[in-house]
Order: sequence, then C-alpha cells, then structure tokens
Amino acid sequence: MERAENVSRFIDVNLQMMLDLPSGSNQQWRPLVSISGDDSVFASRYAAATRENVIKFLALDMENPNSIVSCLRAARENSRTVREAISSEMWEQVNTSYLAINAAASNPLLIHSPYSFFNEVKKASQLFDGVAEATMLRGEGWHFFRMGRLVERADKTSRLLDVKYYILLPSLTDVGTPLDDIQWAAVLRSASALEMYRKRHGHIAPEQIVEFLVLDHEFPRSIHHCLTAANDSLHSISGTPVGMYRNPAEQRLGQLRAELAYADTEHIIKRGLHEFLDGFQTKLNLADQCIYDTFFALRPIGASAPYRAGQ
Amino acid sequence: MQFATYETANFYDEMFLADGSPRSGARLLQERIASLPDGELLARQAAAERLLLQNGITFNVYSDSAATEKIFPFDIIPRIVEAAEWDWLEKGLKQRVYALNLFVDDIYHEQKILKDKVIPEALIQSARSFRKECVGLNPPQKVWCHITGTDLVRDRDGQIYVLEDNLRCPSGVSYVLENRRILKRTFPQVFEALRVRPVDEYPSRLLSTLQSLFPAAMESPKVALLTPGIFNSAYYEHTFLAQQMGVELVEGNDLVAANGRIMMRTTKGFEPVDVLYRRIDDDFLDPEVFRSDSLLGVPGLMEIYKKGRVALANAPGTGIADDKCIYAFVPKIIEYYLGEKIIIPNVPTHVCAEPRELAYVIANLDKLVVKAVNESGGYGMLVGPHASDEERVEFADRLRQNPRNYIAQPTLALSRVPVIVNGQIAGRHVDLRPYVLYGTDIYVLPGGLTRVALKQGSLVVNSSQGGGSKDTWVLMS
Repeated sequence: MERAENVSRFIDVNLQMMLDLPSGSNQQWRPLVSISGDDSVFASRYAAATRENVIKFLALDMENPNSIVSCLRAARENSRTVREAISSEMWEQVNTSYLAINAAASNPLLIHSPYSFFNEVKKASQLFDGVAEATMLRGEGWHFFRMGRLVERADKTSRLLDVKYYILLPSLTDVGTPLDDIQWAAVLRSASALEMYRKRHGHIAPEQIVEFLVLDHEFPRSIHHCLTAANDSLHSISGTPVGMYRNPAEQRLGQLRAELAYADTEHIIKRGLHEFLDGFQTKLNLADQCIYDTFFALRPIGASAPYRAGQ
Repeated sequence: MQFATYETANFYDEMFLADGSPRSGARLLQERIASLPDGELLARQAAAERLLLQNGITFNVYSDSAATEKIFPFDIIPRIVEAAEWDWLEKGLKQRVYALNLFVDDIYHEQKILKDKVIPEALIQSARSFRKECVGLNPPQKVWCHITGTDLVRDRDGQIYVLEDNLRCPSGVSYVLENRRILKRTFPQVFEALRVRPVDEYPSRLLSTLQSLFPAAMESPKVALLTPGIFNSAYYEHTFLAQQMGVELVEGNDLVAANGRIMMRTTKGFEPVDVLYRRIDDDFLDPEVFRSDSLLGVPGLMEIYKKGRVALANAPGTGIADDKCIYAFVPKIIEYYLGEKIIIPNVPTHVCAEPRELAYVIANLDKLVVKAVNESGGYGMLVGPHASDEERVEFADRLRQNPRNYIAQPTLALSRVPVIVNGQIAGRHVDLRPYVLYGTDIYVLPGGLTRVALKQGSLVVNSSQGGGSKDTWVLMS
C-alpha cells in the first residue's frame, strides 16, 4: 500500500517537473525507471522510455511486481491471508480501494489524464493507514505493520529526492534559477512536504530541503523520523530496550538511525547527495533483510535463532 | 415489484400457500415487498451485492485470465421458518447428533451395534471413512462430532427430511453470519417487526465449544484454527471464523510436535496450542499416520492427540457417521442407542451394497437420485429423471462395478422459495443446512444456511454447482 502510494508520488513529481520545463526541452522519463531499480525489467518489455510507456510500466503493468496495480493486488492478497489478524474495517478498506483502483486502471483515457488516478491511490493508502491507526490493537501485528510501512517510506523518500538528481536542467547555468526552485518545490509537494517545509524554513533552498526530508525530527515523511519510529516498533516487538541490540535486525537498523541522528547536511552535500542516498538505500535493504531473517524465515525448533527471547 | 405473476406451480412453497396467499409468518414480508416502489427491490438486491463485493466475500474464476472475482450468489428475499416448526427441528437435530456421537464412540470401542447385528459389520469394514487408527481413542467427554452441518429438505407434501449428515468439516456458516449482516440493512423494519432469532452468537458459542475440549482444567486454553491455506475454497470462512473468535489461524507448517505438545511458531519462538479446530480432512492431518504425502498436516499430531495433550475438533474418525450407507441406518441407530423414534425422518434410502436393492435401483434409475457414499458438494451423483439414457446406462455400469460405493433415493420434489432472477421473482428449489455444536451440551444455531438451486428446475443446491444462498429467519415463539 505504502509503495503504491509512493510510486504515485514519483510519477506525480515527474509530471509536474516536465510541465514546468521550458517548451522544447526533452521529456525525461527514463530516470523514474532507474530510481525504482527496475531498468532491466523495463528494457525487456518496452522500446522507449516515453511518458506513456513509463506511466504504463510503473502504474498499470501487472507484470511489473512494483507497479501500483501489482502493489495493491499484493496488499490485498496479504491482507486476505492475515485477515484474522487485522480489523474488518482494514480489510474492507484495502478491498474497496483495490476494486475501485482496478476499475479506474482499465480506463483507456487514464494515460492522458492520470492526476486523479494518482490522487486516488494516495488517498487509498492514507485511508488505510488511518483505519489501521484507529482500529488495530497495539500489539505485535500493529508494530510489524508500522515498521514495514515506515521502512518503505524512508526508502521511497530517499528515492524521491533522487529524482531531482536525475532530472537534468537544460544547462548547468540554470542551477539556482527559478526553474531549479520550481523543481525543488515539486519534490517537496510530492512528499506532501511543501507547506510544512515553508513553516520550518521559508524559502526554497536545496540544503534546507535535504535537511528537511532527510534529517528533520518532526516531519512524518523525513527519513530520520521514519527510521526512529520504525526502530521503536522493532524494539516493541522484541522487548529489547532502545539503544541496545540482541539481533542483527536491531543492530543494523539502530546503526542506520544513529548515522542519521549525527549527520549534517553540509557534510552530506559535500560528499554528494546522490552517493549518500545510494549508500543509505543499500544499508536500509540490508536492515530489511535482517528483519525478515530474524522474524519470518522458517527455522526448525531448537535451532539457534538469531533472535533470543528473554535473554 | 409484485408477486402477482409468481407461481408456486405444483410445489411446496416456503413463502406461499397453494392459493397464492402468504404463509402466516411471511405475511409482513410479502406486504413490505409488495409495497416497495418500482425498482426498489432490485436496487436493494444490487446494494446487497455491492456490499458482498466490498467485504470480499468472493471466489475467483480461475479460467479467466483477468482473474475476475464473483460473489457467491445471494438473494435478498429471506426464507422464513416459523417458531413451532423450528422447535421441532431443533429437537430432532439434537436427537440425531447425540445418537450419531454415541454411534461413533461405540464403533471405535466395543462395536456393540455390530455385535447386535443392527448394522452389518461388512458395511463398517468396507467404509473408506472408517479409521482403524482411531480405535480405542477417547476424546474429551466422549464427544467426537463437535461441529455438524445437517442438510434438510422438504418434499411436495410439506414433510421435512434429513438428506445428509456432515460430520467432518461442514462449511458455510460464515455465509449465515454475513447474509444476516446484510439483510439487517436490507429489510430493517420487517426484521424488527418479525422478531427474528439472532445468529450473531455463533462465534462465541463455537469458541466455548472448542475451549471445553481441553481436558486439563485450564483458565483459557489456546485455540487455533488449522487451515489447508489460501487456495482452499473455504479459506474465506477460515479467516472469518478465526477473526470472529479472536484465535490464531495456522497452517500445517506453522505447527510442530515437540516435547509432547503441539507448538505454534510465533515471532517469539514456539508456543503450545491446546485445541485445534481443524478444517482439513483426516487424510491430511498427520502424514505419519494417514496419507504420508500430505504437506498440510503436522507429523506426530496423532501421537500427541492420543495422549490427550491436544484436542481436535472434529475428532478424527467421525467421517464414518456421514458415510451415506450408514446414513440409511440412522433411524435404527437412534432407536438402538436412545430407545426413541427418529424425530426428523430420513429420506427412504436404497443401499446398493445389498444385492436386492441394487437390482431395484438399476431397474428404476429414471426415478431415483444416486449418490456416491463418500462424495460431497454435489459431485459423483446422478439425478435420474434429469439424466440422459446414456448417462443412466453409464451409471448403471458404475453401480455394478462398485455397489458399496452408492446409495439411491427417490427424487424428491424439493420445496421452493421466491428468488429474484433476471429482474423477476421466480420459484427455485432449496434446502437448509443448520449447524449443531456439541461441547458440554448441544446447541443448534437458529436457522442455518438456506441454499438455492439458481438454475430453473435444478435440484442441486451446492455452491460448486451454481447454487446461491439466502438468509434464514427463524421467528421467535
């Protein structure tokens, strides 16, 4: 669900940026595919990275496991398998959204006017989150749900920032021009962050945007905020006090969170924002894998689990 | 929409008398429906279907590559059962389940009923559903069949019969609860005025029944529902019941036998389970005891069950009591164990294992319904009057080759109910499956699943054969 929402946000930010480019500039859609990490899958199925092909691939392609419709389908199937563990309102919400968005996805006019579609996907995800927030027992199931969602969100916020890196300005001299500002504003808007950013920092300034989306303590889509909350949930599940670790998942996620807690924007930008984000994504993937290994991989009884309860 | 053009034809109609006037319990409903403005009934039907779709009470049509989903056909006109008739049915169902349970217990112990020659011993020995592995087992309180679904039908003359017993894993109760939830919204005024007996307590009754099985006196035994998994056609019901009872839903690979207990995998390690409501067949329960190729079960489960350290509902081995040959002997079973006459009669049944009966059945195939003894879901059966000559000839061959595998019954003129079909109200044949719980005492869920054969003239109500369902309203006395 979170991923479907974020893919919507990606496409949306790109659409906005493309509209604001001076007429005659080349449309840039390939970067969107690169950011999702699905270059080879795309290349094997589509000839050129046109607007239409990329939107099709990222939003409507059932054979792309990360497309919006695939994500929704998976969200619904997963909800169906754990239906006894979630509230019936959550199930009804994900099911109703799935049906509505699937119906909208089969509309041939969608490609030409996709805004309301992306908006609907975003709303569906937010509604789901709200229903879960309001109905779920704050037990293990809730913390897994929240942790998964936040790890995904942290990853995608980093990729959203990366869109800006890939979208080339018409010339180098455009850096810092109104056009540059417009693009940064589009990045913020697609993270639902523009108004909150304005409250915090006022004018559009790349360093402060990075500060806001990566390191801010209080903005709910900032990477640091997401990881702090995900880390809290991880420790609620295991019972390990925050700041300590008893398994690789807690170790990795804790390290990553600490890195962000002591990072500063100046340093990040000096090292290169893209390189920083790339490294971050790799480490987050590792932490994610450790979470899976610790809690979900099947292990025979008696085999020493990486997770040791009560020790 | 009006009932003006509705015809009861020459059938018993659950809602109308032969002269076209409503039965007394259905009068209010008939008046309400007749008073609705044009199109309103269809609009409510459409609203109910939308609700079912949103709630995800659907099945996949696998042949379709777009994986379209369909709802189980549901008709909003409820079927009404009057208080006096229900009280009689309830008594009859309790009698039947009580006696069948005594029978199962006897069959796996002394087999007195065979020694007294009430039932031919050969019939038990040849029954596929007889589990020699269960001989000598002692389930808690000697209760074997905790959850039973009994199929009832009504003939042209108004007599109700028991058509079939389901003592293994009867399904469909989730539809009873969902149908009710929807009908309360569809006809709130009539519902209130009629005083309908509630069904909502089923999940908590079921949970109490399951908890009562754990032998050791225990505050709250850990219950889990064992499902074959998401590809099972009743998976929706499994998640629904687990959710409504607030118990864990598990698959075979979530469970292991260790230290003499059944343990459930959790993120915090393994936790013991005390009671398993298993929705998988005996065959798949434990590959060490039953089918060795089963991946659905738990190796070692039966060993632990025998020691009384986990309870199973239903107990393994209950299938012997819903073998369709044994069904023919239920009136005798009731008389033998209880000294009572059967309350709800059986449909007269020809057991083809008896040579004389076989000859009769083959000579009268065009009048009879023939059923395979171990099949359910409307599979492996022949409805003689509706079959072609070739089908009958082919079926006669099957009967001669394996007579033990078949029984035959006269073709009943099943009663009908009004159903919305293509925007019109038309009569369709129905049955009724009430659900019976047996823990410390016996409880019958008021009503049950009314199944409708949606094809005109069809007598097969199973959902796998194009059947739909209705809400069943049992009136308070």
